[in-house]
Amino acid sequence: MVIYGVALLAACYLLGVFLGEALGVLIGVDANVGGVGIAMLALIVISNMTSVQLKLGDATASGINFWNAMYIPIVIAMAAKQNVIGAVSSGWMALFAGIAAVVASFMLVPLLSRLGRGGSR
Amino acid sequence: MLEIVESVAAGNALIVAFVFVGLILALSNWLSKTFTRGHIHGSAIAITLGLLLAYVGGIFSGGSRGLADVGFFTGVGVLGGAMFRDFAIVATAYGAELETLKRAGWVGALSVVVGVIVSFAMGAIVAVGFGYLDPIAITTIGAGAATYIVGPVTGTALGASSDVVALSVAAGLTKSILVMVGTPLVARRIGLDNPHAALIYGGLMGTTSGVAAGLAATDPKLVPYGAMTATFYTGVGCLLGPSILYFIVAGLL
Repeated sequence: MVIYGVALLAACYLLGVFLGEALGVLIGVDANVGGVGIAMLALIVISNMTSVQLKLGDATASGINFWNAMYIPIVIAMAAKQNVIGAVSSGWMALFAGIAAVVASFMLVPLLSRLGRGGSR
Repeated sequence: MLEIVESVAAGNALIVAFVFVGLILALSNWLSKTFTRGHIHGSAIAITLGLLLAYVGGIFSGGSRGLADVGFFTGVGVLGGAMFRDFAIVATAYGAELETLKRAGWVGALSVVVGVIVSFAMGAIVAVGFGYLDPIAITTIGAGAATYIVGPVTGTALGASSDVVALSVAAGLTKSILVMVGTPLVARRIGLDNPHAALIYGGLMGTTSGVAAGLAATDPKLVPYGAMTATFYTGVGCLLGPSILYFIVAGLL
């Protein structure tokens, strides 16, 4: 059943968000620490368990895959609700700070990628 | 007539958003095929269009939520809100390889910490360059350059003034928008074409919305890997900002 997939996804999501909040409280931070990441891990682990894999029928999987496919439309909606004016109109310092952070971070991607592969490539 | 249309739209805001996003994507895919022969991804065009419409919507309404503040389009705010975004991000993990995650485990964690420190340092340097000398203000602006959530959290913890907090939010917004638009443009140059690089990219950038949109426009297959590490960034930033990073700034001045 499609709802089984949606319900499994939702359960993983809630579990992750809850643990993320709890982790935040635990280390004394006013933010959700990795909630979505934990939820993703939960979903990956559960869907990779062979006993569950056998039970996850096509219909169940389509309940998850629907939301997977809705990801890009949701991101477009997200783009359309950003405070673009707020970013553009608050002066050069904020713009420069944001730009500098992005450029430096982009430049580090190839460096760290190589590190992770042990410099073999 | 118009009143009926308005009341139907108001009562069914989320459904209106489905049609709206569908039309934007249809237009973007057509633009992509006709004018760029598919070289620029349809979703990259759609995200850029979304940002442009957010700008127009902001002018129109004077609000801070882009198009979502314009009566007819309030559903865009629901569909594009954090709940649906995070729910869909989790769904992308279905089918991701556990092995890739395991192999990149420690570099992924390292990339988050390095990402926070680098963005913070750049923001702090710019703040100093613009004449800020107060360690609290410098730390808050640096934290904002990490993400627009880390900025206010740090600023509030340190007792920064509200105009400095606003600047830190603006720095974070600039970063997030730039990551959305810039990622597909630089992807090849920075080697962002495999799950391993996506994990590190997500950890370094850290802005969940920026990474989400940037990878969607580059290669949707990479989304789960980048999103996974990015979701730890804000938490780590909120942890380091008002503590270690502030002490370092205060010590240097």
